[in-house]
Amino acid sequence: MADPGSAGRFASTRLHIVSGKGGTGKTTVAAALAVALARQGKRVLIAEVEGRQGISQTFNVPPLSGAEERIFADRSGGEVYGLSVDAKKSLLEYLQMFYKLGRAGSILEKAGAIDFATTIAPGVRDVLLIGKIYEAAGRRTKGRRSGDLVYDAIVLDAPPTGRIVRFLGVNHEVAGVARVGPIKNQAESVNRMVRHHTTAVHLVTLLEEMPVQETIDAIADLRTAELTVGAIIVNQVRDPLLTDEELAAISADTVAGRAEAVEAVRTDLTGAGVKATKVMVRGLFAQAHDLADRVALQAQEDAVLAEQGLPLAHLPTLPGGVEDGGLAVLADALIEEGIV
Amino acid sequence: MTRDTHAPEAAPIEIDRLLADPGTGIIVCCGSGGVGKTTTAAALGVRAAETGRRVVVLTIDPARRLAQSLGLSELDNTPRPVLGIDTAAGGSLDAMMLDMKRTFDEVVLSHSTPEKAEQILANPFYQALSSSFAGTQEYMAMEKLSQLSHEAAEHGTWDLIIVDTPPSRSALDFLDAPKRLGSFLDGRFIRLLMAPARAGGRAYLKVVTGGITLTTAVMTKLLGGQLLGDVQTFVAALDTMFGGFRQRAEATYALLKDSRTSFVVVAAPERDALREASYFVDRLDQEGMPLAGVIVNRVQRLAAAGLSAGRADAAAEVLGEASVAGTGSATAGLTEGLLRVHADLAETAERHHAQTTRFVAGHPGIPVTEVPAAAQDIHDLDGLREIGAALAVAETPGVTPGLTRDAESRAG
Repeated sequence: MADPGSAGRFASTRLHIVSGKGGTGKTTVAAALAVALARQGKRVLIAEVEGRQGISQTFNVPPLSGAEERIFADRSGGEVYGLSVDAKKSLLEYLQMFYKLGRAGSILEKAGAIDFATTIAPGVRDVLLIGKIYEAAGRRTKGRRSGDLVYDAIVLDAPPTGRIVRFLGVNHEVAGVARVGPIKNQAESVNRMVRHHTTAVHLVTLLEEMPVQETIDAIADLRTAELTVGAIIVNQVRDPLLTDEELAAISADTVAGRAEAVEAVRTDLTGAGVKATKVMVRGLFAQAHDLADRVALQAQEDAVLAEQGLPLAHLPTLPGGVEDGGLAVLADALIEEGIV
Repeated sequence: MTRDTHAPEAAPIEIDRLLADPGTGIIVCCGSGGVGKTTTAAALGVRAAETGRRVVVLTIDPARRLAQSLGLSELDNTPRPVLGIDTAAGGSLDAMMLDMKRTFDEVVLSHSTPEKAEQILANPFYQALSSSFAGTQEYMAMEKLSQLSHEAAEHGTWDLIIVDTPPSRSALDFLDAPKRLGSFLDGRFIRLLMAPARAGGRAYLKVVTGGITLTTAVMTKLLGGQLLGDVQTFVAALDTMFGGFRQRAEATYALLKDSRTSFVVVAAPERDALREASYFVDRLDQEGMPLAGVIVNRVQRLAAAGLSAGRADAAAEVLGEASVAGTGSATAGLTEGLLRVHADLAETAERHHAQTTRFVAGHPGIPVTEVPAAAQDIHDLDGLREIGAALAVAETPGVTPGLTRDAESRAG
């Protein structure tokens, strides 16, 4: 059932971990990736672990309650389920599943032990959060078609680049404090999953200096931690919209040349029904120059990213934001760029 | 000011007054990740220093180039003078990067005997807690703030402290962390963990012992006996420090509520960032924390104002058709391109305006300052000066913007 006709580079990846610097649109890209996978008929789970309700906002659905809820359906039969993973709930679920600790669970809760384990004990929180992803990834259907995996793919809206290695490196963290016991075992299972060949960590960035630098640092850190880096997904790429010749035409270096260009454009504008002052036309020129500068900077940063030797995908800037079908535009771009 | 119900307007933050007021001792910059919090903190620091304040800026995790521009090449937990600041007005600027573990170690050292401290510092649980506990960074940022504030009061080294807050997963973490750690150290769970060590020969009520035994048994099963053992040793060693920890948490909380403190919430004109800013504003209000206002960074401005995205697109369409039909002028393609560029920018500007307007409407009476998007990335003192000037120009949302370049002359 999985993979009908998909030829993307990460078509066989089951767990897509999406990270990136804060403010680069990590959640939007994760959502677009989930939609792109669903377009191919897959059943996809998208999960967030920071309780921000970013997924429900991006898909424009009511806040996720902590259960897996269907938030998108594609005509191909593909679906996206959303989940906001809660560490406390995962721990209680886990205790119930493995120890049948109904009463002990509530005693632990009263004693503050659950709070301790989920907020203070180093690394335990992260083990629980990814532990839930591990459980969902391995879950199989019951009933008629029992035995099939419930989800064809999972997209994890992971913590930002500054915390990603620590988050995924739970095994190391936990090994330091818990050398035996179920948490340790859980950490090891999680560790195998995040390093599996069907798992990839994608990094979202903008073509700006700071996000690019942070992306490169993250690639090095992930590689040191022996985690597989998937694609670099460049978000909010701007199109120059003008050719070099057109830009040259409005950059005339003589006063007369500039005045001539202003006049010509003004005549065009009047003909097209826009009453333009000289000031407005100069404003249009200035905007085009600013954009050209930005695009030149983009090209520099893009070259830096290309040197990383990783698959690179580019997503367009959406002047109207992700509302109004923007998510679909980004999903299509991810498919066109050959990611999935 | 008259208020138009259709287009709510907020007064801008009076940045220069805030910075010049000797009653302003601490400015805390907070907001979600990637909105330019550190840049804003640094820009405020530079502007305050160059207008005569003796400033120290505490940053948490600055981008490399920005750190370099402040002369922060190493993370050594000590404020260092920033070179290149104009000190003609009698001010100065120091900057430092937070070293979370070192700060925690200092707290331990200052609150216990050398032997006890050594025991704590060597404890594996402490080592993990001090370097990776999700809330430690928040807690230590506030701890460092108290230290700097104390030093400022004692020695008069600085008269203004500007703090950048950690990129918290949620806005609330930063206010909650000190309390959370405090309540953990004070709470039932700690007493429970200490019970085996303390109980000795004393006769505990059977039911209590039963509860403790069960809890300990479950914890052991879950975490492994060795971790629990480490925690118990850690807690026992920390015993004498509990009072100190709680006092510090309370003192920090009081410091944040003090009238000499001002919070500045930093945001970007995007839905998620403004929603996070909303939470923060509401939360600060609930806690009675003094809010100076909200700074919205990277707002799209238009050099060719007065032409809507829709009209630009329609005109571009006309020119495009003319070009295809071969009836356009020689510059029709160029003009069409200019209009397309404008239409995209105008649509972005309209969206930013709508987002900000919605925020202002939801938070009446809260000052909001918009900062236009810079054409270049900021990573030197001149860039920070320009941002500081733009902040001080204090544009009013909804009013035709002034240009950044004018900022300097008007503000100076």
